[in-house]
Amino acid sequence: MKKKYISMLLMAALTAGTLAGCGDSAGDSADNKSSSQNTENNSGGESTEEGKVINVYSWNDEFSKRVIAVYPEVKKTSKDGTVTTLNDGTEIHWIINPNQDGVYQQKLDEALLNQADASADDKVDIFLSETDYVNKYTDADAGVAMPLTDLGIDPDTDLSDQYDFTKVTASDVNGVQRGSTWQCCPGLLVYRRDIAKEVFGTDDPVKVGEKVKDWDTMAKTAEELKAKGYYTFSSYADTFRLYGNSISEPWVKPGETVIKVDQKIMDWVSTSKEWLDAGYLDKTVKGQWNDDWNKAMGSKSKVFAFLFPAWGIDFTLKPNWDGEDGAWAVTNPPQEYNWGGSYVHACTGTDNPKHVKDIILAVTGNKDNLLKISKDYLDFTNTKSGMKEAAEDNKTFASEFLGGQNSFEYFTPVAENIVIAPLSPYDQGCVELIQNSFSDYFQGQVDFDKAKSNFETAIKERYPETTEVQWP
Amino acid sequence: MKLKRKSISYSKWGYIFILPFFVSFFIFSFIPLADTIRYSFFEYYRSGIKEVGPNFVGMENYKSLLASDMLKYAGNTFILWIIGFIPQIVIALLLAAWFVDIRLKIHAKQFFKVVIYLPNLIMASAFAMLFFTLFSTNGPINGILTSIGITKEPIDFLGSVFGTRSLVGFMNFLMWFGNTTIMLMAAIMGISTDIFEASEIDGCNSIQRFFKITLPLIRPILAYTLINSIIGGLQMFDVPQILTNGQGSPDRTSMTLIMFLNSHLKSRNYGMAGALSVYLFIVSAILCFFVYRMTNNNDPDGSKAAARKAKRRK
Repeated sequence: MKKKYISMLLMAALTAGTLAGCGDSAGDSADNKSSSQNTENNSGGESTEEGKVINVYSWNDEFSKRVIAVYPEVKKTSKDGTVTTLNDGTEIHWIINPNQDGVYQQKLDEALLNQADASADDKVDIFLSETDYVNKYTDADAGVAMPLTDLGIDPDTDLSDQYDFTKVTASDVNGVQRGSTWQCCPGLLVYRRDIAKEVFGTDDPVKVGEKVKDWDTMAKTAEELKAKGYYTFSSYADTFRLYGNSISEPWVKPGETVIKVDQKIMDWVSTSKEWLDAGYLDKTVKGQWNDDWNKAMGSKSKVFAFLFPAWGIDFTLKPNWDGEDGAWAVTNPPQEYNWGGSYVHACTGTDNPKHVKDIILAVTGNKDNLLKISKDYLDFTNTKSGMKEAAEDNKTFASEFLGGQNSFEYFTPVAENIVIAPLSPYDQGCVELIQNSFSDYFQGQVDFDKAKSNFETAIKERYPETTEVQWP
Repeated sequence: MKLKRKSISYSKWGYIFILPFFVSFFIFSFIPLADTIRYSFFEYYRSGIKEVGPNFVGMENYKSLLASDMLKYAGNTFILWIIGFIPQIVIALLLAAWFVDIRLKIHAKQFFKVVIYLPNLIMASAFAMLFFTLFSTNGPINGILTSIGITKEPIDFLGSVFGTRSLVGFMNFLMWFGNTTIMLMAAIMGISTDIFEASEIDGCNSIQRFFKITLPLIRPILAYTLINSIIGGLQMFDVPQILTNGQGSPDRTSMTLIMFLNSHLKSRNYGMAGALSVYLFIVSAILCFFVYRMTNNNDPDGSKAAARKAKRRK
């Protein structure tokens, strides 16, 4: 009989071993380390005592680098960059999941759904979101991002130097601000100096700026470029943000399930088709973020200009350019626009409200810190007065890549004129799918009506609750 | 009590040793399977971070799937599969027959076997990524074609229905023909050499030998290959997904059933995705049944006609 028990025990052990793999080990190590010292705090979020672990969800190390650079309480960071210790012993855990294919949002959504049941040290304290989906998280009904006032931050006084459109973006339908950003992403037109010299006889940003000041002038300039064998932009997707950011109504109105396609989007469709057929755009480049698009930024390409915010010049254009520094210059875009931006939110149920408040203020509301970020990381930061100074300070902010030009001189006026389009939680899918659906139309694969119905099919797949698509 | 037992049965040990498999199958396969079927009757998805459902809706998901383009995607899947499968089976049969034929005296057989199997070792997604880069409009293939003067303008392979579909088919063919060849070689080598020798003495040429002896005798393995390939084809996902960036472009003509399923999972639409999975399950079950019946007659000499004749004689 003994043998039987032993064998059953072995069996159980085997089964347990097989099943052990499914446990979630993400927060385990953190748990073991701090649970002993932290038991008194585990009673819930109500206690005034601060938790020992701040969990930060983000998709890259952009935010952690900036916090470490400017937050004065930072003591040291582990070598792999996953844990930062503060002076009072509190640990910041950087939980990074890539943005690709929506992985970041999936992981974050899981964590947010479990927020109420998670132990104090596993709770999400800070999370980040991008402009394309910020509205999903600032939603008042969802209530996952805390209003800043609940943290003790008064947006009117503490964040008065921020650009207004970033505050609007981070607010819910009732105008309650639920996030803040250090970054502001006004976009410019970046052009090749050699092509400008050949076609216009000058590469002076002011004179080139005249040639691209609005869409009508732009079209005439495009004809000039075409005559010399150059493309104005690389792909039809390049101009999308300029139109997409100036829509007058949100894609979906709060409380409704009808998707309204704005007239501006249809303008983008018709202009893009016109320009593509006229040969102003490179037919072989289909959309952005692909190999062909990257190659269009190389020295062999025939593309005159790109539309980029500060991060685009630094992270996209620069690595793809294979020629000498100083070949590119910036000037005003045909229309003011904003592209991207990372918002910092305090998560409802955080056990570290004081630290979260301090971090948000240090990274997004402190002018000196923001100017330091602008200097070190070339971000266009969220401080109106600071950016004005930067625009005049040609010594500190001259860019080698742009041939010694101070790009802030052009960014600042754009930032002041940005009117952010009304957002909805469906923006990301709408923006992505409308570009995909009409891409077939641009290339002549389907006719206009088929492209429309393809968009309707795709959007209903992505958002099952949408009932109808209205075209202008 | 012990005296009563006359023989000792060891069978319980057998059961105990296979228990881990059944336990893990039950937990990791059976419960999810049952859940999938259950959720297919519910409205259950996520809108932003708000969960909707589960609300019981009966057959609603099944109905709306039938009303959608599902059948078109099923057609796409079939076309993409057949484009790859026909060359795959033809080339594999040819290679297998050649490799096994002692009269041809092919050298370095082992080397060729390894080489034709190699594409299968690459991950399908990496393979698709490679082809995406190779055949992009400014990619190396177009570079070669224009520089040797075959075309003036770069060809937009991935922008045309024909180009995309044949690329997917070609990749599936490349990845699987080696595998099939090796399988068929094993089957042909399993045929007794006596039969081949006897046929040669009777004056049978190599074509007759292939069609009258080899082909009928490897039918069970051919059926196995076909079943495997059909099931694999129904689940075709990674190659077209990566090659078309998940869009099934152009105009959704290379969107397969599983890609359609995946686009429902983007919104965590478990209800709709579950219903689609159930459809797929039924289709694969029916296909398997047919193929199995087709090839499993109790025939005396291996051919169906003979089997029917034999039946009639009785």
